[in-house]
Amino acid sequence: MTEAGKPVGTFPAQGDGWLRVMVRFGGLFLIALGAFGLVLLVFGKNPIKAYVDIFANTLGSAYGFSEVLVKMIPLTLAAVAVALPARIWLINVGGEGQFHIGALFAAWGALNFGSLPAWVLIPWISFLGFLGGGLWALISGFLRARGWVSETISTLLLNYVAILLLSFFVFGPWKDPESANYPQSAPFADAAVLPSFFGTRVHMGLFYSLAALVLFPLILSRTRWGLEMRAIGANAEAARRNGISIGRYIMVLMFIGGGLAGLAGMAEVSAIHGQLRPSLSPGYGYIGFLISWMAMGNAVGMMAAAFLLAIITAGGDILQMTLRIPGSVVNILMAIILFVILARKGGAR
Amino acid sequence: MVKDSRMNSSPFLSLRGISKSFRAVKANDQVDLDVYRGEVHALLGENGAGKSTLMKVLYGFYHADFGEVRLDAKTVHIRSPHDARRLRIGMVFQDFVQVPALTVAENIALFLPDLPAVLDKLDILKRIGEISRRYSLAVDPRATVRQLSVGERQKVEILKLLLADAQILILDEPTRSLALHEIEGLFQVFANLRRDGYAVVFITHKLKEVLTCADRITVMRRGKVTGTLAGLEATESRLVSLMFGEDVREPSRIERAQVPDGGQPILELRGVHTPGEGGAVGLKDIHLAVLPGEIVGVAGVSGNGQRELGDVVLGLERCSKGKKYIRGQEATHWSVAHARADGIAFIPEDPLGMAAFPWLTVQENMAMADTRRYSRKKGFSMDWAAVCTDLNQSLQRLGFTLPSLFVPLATLSGGNVQRMILAREMAHNPKLIIAFYPTRGLDVRSALAARELLIASRDGGAGVLLVSEDLGELFAMSDRLVVVFRGRIVKACPPQETNPNEVGHLMTGSGE
Repeated sequence: MTEAGKPVGTFPAQGDGWLRVMVRFGGLFLIALGAFGLVLLVFGKNPIKAYVDIFANTLGSAYGFSEVLVKMIPLTLAAVAVALPARIWLINVGGEGQFHIGALFAAWGALNFGSLPAWVLIPWISFLGFLGGGLWALISGFLRARGWVSETISTLLLNYVAILLLSFFVFGPWKDPESANYPQSAPFADAAVLPSFFGTRVHMGLFYSLAALVLFPLILSRTRWGLEMRAIGANAEAARRNGISIGRYIMVLMFIGGGLAGLAGMAEVSAIHGQLRPSLSPGYGYIGFLISWMAMGNAVGMMAAAFLLAIITAGGDILQMTLRIPGSVVNILMAIILFVILARKGGAR
Repeated sequence: MVKDSRMNSSPFLSLRGISKSFRAVKANDQVDLDVYRGEVHALLGENGAGKSTLMKVLYGFYHADFGEVRLDAKTVHIRSPHDARRLRIGMVFQDFVQVPALTVAENIALFLPDLPAVLDKLDILKRIGEISRRYSLAVDPRATVRQLSVGERQKVEILKLLLADAQILILDEPTRSLALHEIEGLFQVFANLRRDGYAVVFITHKLKEVLTCADRITVMRRGKVTGTLAGLEATESRLVSLMFGEDVREPSRIERAQVPDGGQPILELRGVHTPGEGGAVGLKDIHLAVLPGEIVGVAGVSGNGQRELGDVVLGLERCSKGKKYIRGQEATHWSVAHARADGIAFIPEDPLGMAAFPWLTVQENMAMADTRRYSRKKGFSMDWAAVCTDLNQSLQRLGFTLPSLFVPLATLSGGNVQRMILAREMAHNPKLIIAFYPTRGLDVRSALAARELLIASRDGGAGVLLVSEDLGELFAMSDRLVVVFRGRIVKACPPQETNPNEVGHLMTGSGE
């Protein structure tokens, strides 16, 4: 693919009101739940009980609900990280890698500037997290803008590099000598931990995620850049002839998208883990991709989809406890959801 | 194989009253065509004359709105290319349908209707060998298609059809990207096929080829057949007048109010070359200047470098050699945005594909010409009121009306899209206007308004580069005329010093 910005799907379909998005997405979700029920039956488990358990333990208590919110923070950020470049047909599958590099950059800041007060340190590590994820995505953006490598391939492959890179640091130079040989960094200074609210694990990252969800549609509909992005999405050839630099948009949107995923990584490593570890994410980057496609890039839809997928993510642990099946079984459910969404239209093509 | 080599008295294939419209455009209007066994039949006409559409109807790609197809005097219904192949009609497209990684034999085998589950490679090789010897279609069947030249790939396509037992072969502009000796080879193949009673129909707009190899020639113009001649009675001038119509003869000139006093050219190309990758025509050594207050007409059959010329001026295509100057400044490496900001308006050949954004509203489309002009607060908001005012003013000047400015552009008709693009591009008094077929798709009154506006811009000191196939329009409007053929300027002179007949010949590569 050498031509920049060629339409490759029907993702940011025009004229999709949020109501239609919700209806479509609700229907798909039910299909997926049904299919996953069959999988549970094969395991010899009662699917109804499984679903009741999941919903009761997440929405049935204040604590369960707060944990859903905690998961929604990285998920919504990772979703906007996909939805923004998707406006000009870029397929960013690299949320997971950008998340990890964001966490890595933030950890560097937290470990080296721990003596700074929180009101300096938190903006500083937020910036670093954004920068890390952004630069990581910019590699793919640059390669795509030059027409060298498809961003779909390069973002996907860079995920593995990013995760291994993070492992290198926690197994090597940044390993905490006091941590009984666990691969993890020293704990962050208190000033580098994002504040949490009301005794739950819901943390300040919530504001980042809300800001992303609100600003994303506003920028698209109100600003000059939003108009130019929609123009590229609508007809890249005409956009080029009207003097819009498509290469620049590819790089900038990949950078910002990656930055948002990096911000999610920063929030997660700082607020939830408080130190750098090799397994920071149960696949937030990939689930974010799923959310973005479920909602077809619609902000309200992304919030709703993130809510449901946060429940499912949390549901893995619940199923492990109540039904004694591996928690990763929910990955099957997410895979089924991805399938029904991809099969949505044009299946024969 | 067809044994009967004598031409029957009744036609093998006849099309009767074929009509096909795309939205409001009549691509084919009551077309009749007869094809006999053992004849090479040329379908001649300008681009957009409806030749390809007609052949695609015959091949089942499109469905005719009216009309019927008869094969051996029996009415047949061709609903898909599959039906056509079953009726032994085969077509070679401009862009070949081949798998580059497979060998010639494998590509051919894929196409055969009687392909068995287990391939008998030797048998296929034998059949390819026989046929390629008989019709001088020499290709190494073991070579992968990727290694082949365009001419060889075309032979593979013809072999495919012959092995699949087609009796009517349709070729869509088969000579378009062939070298001279390859063209001669192709015509030899045609002659061999004729000898064995095949019917060959080929589409072209090159007169010379038609006169060398066609037994009969059908000329189309604006969706209609303007005449069918036997190859022997055809002459270049008869064909030119059938192709371009009678109105070419007496163009009514609109004389310029005053002759500009020379001055600095608005646009100057000095020895410009473009690479011409992937089958595209590269520009070769283009020297061209557009003075203020001048309309330079570019005549040529489309695909001879006009698009590249426009793209070079706009800054979309890089010059591999040569320099570009805009109002005296070297502009060879200007970006499109820079050129547009410097007052270059661009009306492309395909407005919906190259200038417009179908799913944005009319108003948003207007803003796209210059998003900076209409953005406020450093880009954080857009001044839609100003956009509408400018658009309405420009529409008013042109005397156009649009149904609404707040609907997606895609809901407008083709003519209205063209009106919108014209209004957008002319809104801010451009200094240089690159106009491709600016009146295509417009009704008579709107076309007149568009022409008047171009002329008014010229009289106001703008330079206009007018690209068209419509010789009447070119002769009526141009102050200077250049003719392009295969990426070169083959003639440049004021229109008074030439005539449509000569230009027609030059456009089709049959001059001198």
